[in-house]
Amino acid sequence: MKSKSKDKPMILRVQNLKKYFPIRRGFFQKIAGWVEAVDDVSFEIEQGKTLGLVGESGCGKTTVARLILKLLKPDHGKIIFRGIDIGKFTEKEMKPIRKEIQIVFQDPFGSLNPRMTTGLSIEEGLRILGIKRGERRKERLEKLLKMVGMSPDSANRYPHEFSGGQRQRICIARALSVDPSLVVCDEPISALDVSIQAQIINLLKDLQERLGLSYLFISHDLNVVSYLCSTISVMYKGQIMESAPAEELFENPRHPYTLSLLSAIPDPVPGKRRKIKLLEPDLYDYPMTFKGCRFQGRCPIEEPRCLEENIGFEKVGEKHFARCWKAAEK
Amino acid sequence: MTNDNTLISVRDLKVYFRSGHDCARAVDGISFEIRQEETVCLVGESGCGKTVSALSILGLIPIPPGEIAGGRILFQGKNLLELAEEDMQKIRGNHIAMVFQEPLTSLNPVFTIEDQIGEAVRIHKNIGAGELRDRCIQLLKDVGIPSPVQRLKDYPHQLSGGQRQRVMIAMALACDPDLIIADEPTTALDVTVQAQILQLLKSIQETRSMSVLYITHDLGVVANIADRVYVMYSGIVTEQGNTAQIFHDARHPYTQGLLASLPSRSKRGKRLFSIPGTVPNPAYKPAGCPFHPRCPHAIPICGKEYPKMCDYGQAHLARCPVLFEREDGYK
Repeated sequence: MKSKSKDKPMILRVQNLKKYFPIRRGFFQKIAGWVEAVDDVSFEIEQGKTLGLVGESGCGKTTVARLILKLLKPDHGKIIFRGIDIGKFTEKEMKPIRKEIQIVFQDPFGSLNPRMTTGLSIEEGLRILGIKRGERRKERLEKLLKMVGMSPDSANRYPHEFSGGQRQRICIARALSVDPSLVVCDEPISALDVSIQAQIINLLKDLQERLGLSYLFISHDLNVVSYLCSTISVMYKGQIMESAPAEELFENPRHPYTLSLLSAIPDPVPGKRRKIKLLEPDLYDYPMTFKGCRFQGRCPIEEPRCLEENIGFEKVGEKHFARCWKAAEK
Repeated sequence: MTNDNTLISVRDLKVYFRSGHDCARAVDGISFEIRQEETVCLVGESGCGKTVSALSILGLIPIPPGEIAGGRILFQGKNLLELAEEDMQKIRGNHIAMVFQEPLTSLNPVFTIEDQIGEAVRIHKNIGAGELRDRCIQLLKDVGIPSPVQRLKDYPHQLSGGQRQRVMIAMALACDPDLIIADEPTTALDVTVQAQILQLLKSIQETRSMSVLYITHDLGVVANIADRVYVMYSGIVTEQGNTAQIFHDARHPYTQGLLASLPSRSKRGKRLFSIPGTVPNPAYKPAGCPFHPRCPHAIPICGKEYPKMCDYGQAHLARCPVLFEREDGYK
């Protein structure tokens, strides 16, 4: 099942994705403007690999995740899953695809129904999609719980009886219950304690190796992303600023935003006080429409043309893309 | 251990919370001290008692359900735990100030920035309206907020997350305190903003020669700003030392495990070390060493005897006699 893609190693291809949200004002709720939450976002995820999507809060990472899961309708652009554009699929057409793409949310306290036992929560997907009934479903449930390192008797217990790390394991089991090939992980470890984070990271890695899963890993923690992901895309205010294989991005960052982001990672090595490239504080509210580069006002190498025109997403090296005039010229 | 320049010294502090028959021993006998012009970090996971320790310094533990079960907090020759509320009010905000984690929830949405920064000054210092306003402007300037005069009339919702945290710091600085307690001040912020705030705290500390008690769970932040570190686990201090000792020469299995489990680029492809199990519930702590059920070096005695602090010299202490004796054996 997992090796169906013969010549196409890419499991997901997103092209020029756009989502604008209207800002409504006044008594008649007239549309006063648009928030360009996701604008011209493109990336690819290779079969069995992990793409890391990083950026500060409010940059549109989660909106991208929701668009891929079709929890939101994209305004423009293609979402090509296994060679088929699902961007304009109706609810009915989406149903068979739903089991292929699953999500693990950030907050394991909010994403499990407190009135449902663990077993019911995990089985829900199977029930809705009509997969495996009766005894076989029970067998499957036990297998899933074992896979994520929980004992089978936890199926009859309620979410409040578990710790954060255990709940996140349950959420992962629920996502895997329908045999997905792509799992979107939206900040899956940021709500967990430091000593638990490593457990979940290891679990995600093991499952990827065993089941050949592909991940879209959304995070703001660059240390985690640098450890886990094969490719990294850096988002800023709704656009991807730079995208490259992990090693390349850290060794040879080309976009000034990536540079300042990398220098701001708190390094757990004392004494090594590196120079931090501090950004100008962002004084502006989210503007309704952008003219020119979105990094303007904070960019250390800004030029007049940056205020006028936004450059496209240009190739600057092997599998390395950046959205910056200077980077493209080098 | 008590130096002349010790600013505040917490001795064997115990804070318990009772509900019904349960008694959660949130802080179970911790001792630490902060010297003048020093940055001390309390590191630990959620529920280990970091915040409770900080709140008890300021006398902000709700009693009941809370209960100060023992210990002393010595500040300028006085035991803060025995002070009357009105005396405590003279210290709170004036000599010791606090910066909280969530800038949005700790700022009052219906008052302007000027009202909120000025509040502490109005209470503690006797100065006129014009002078107060100048002071607020200067404070906003000090924390790096552009066009401070216009900002004075703003409400918290008009500022970004980083700006709000700067305002919180300005509020804490308002009365020129001797000690600032910063409780996870950057946890809710983005990395780039976090870097700005950390740098701001550092420069303010240098120019005003204050002490900072910094509470965090992020070891990366600790390595960047701390002079000395106290690692906490389940209500006790498991290891203490200067930053280099903790990061390069950790002696407690918990500290060692935490450091080994941090993901980084250099560990790519390798399996991460992970500490098994979970943090114990403070109401049902294991007997003996609270870390022993998760500890790779545990021997039967760890489950029976409360571990004593072992001295590794140069003020580096760790609460693990097992590793301490093993080391001695090698020597």
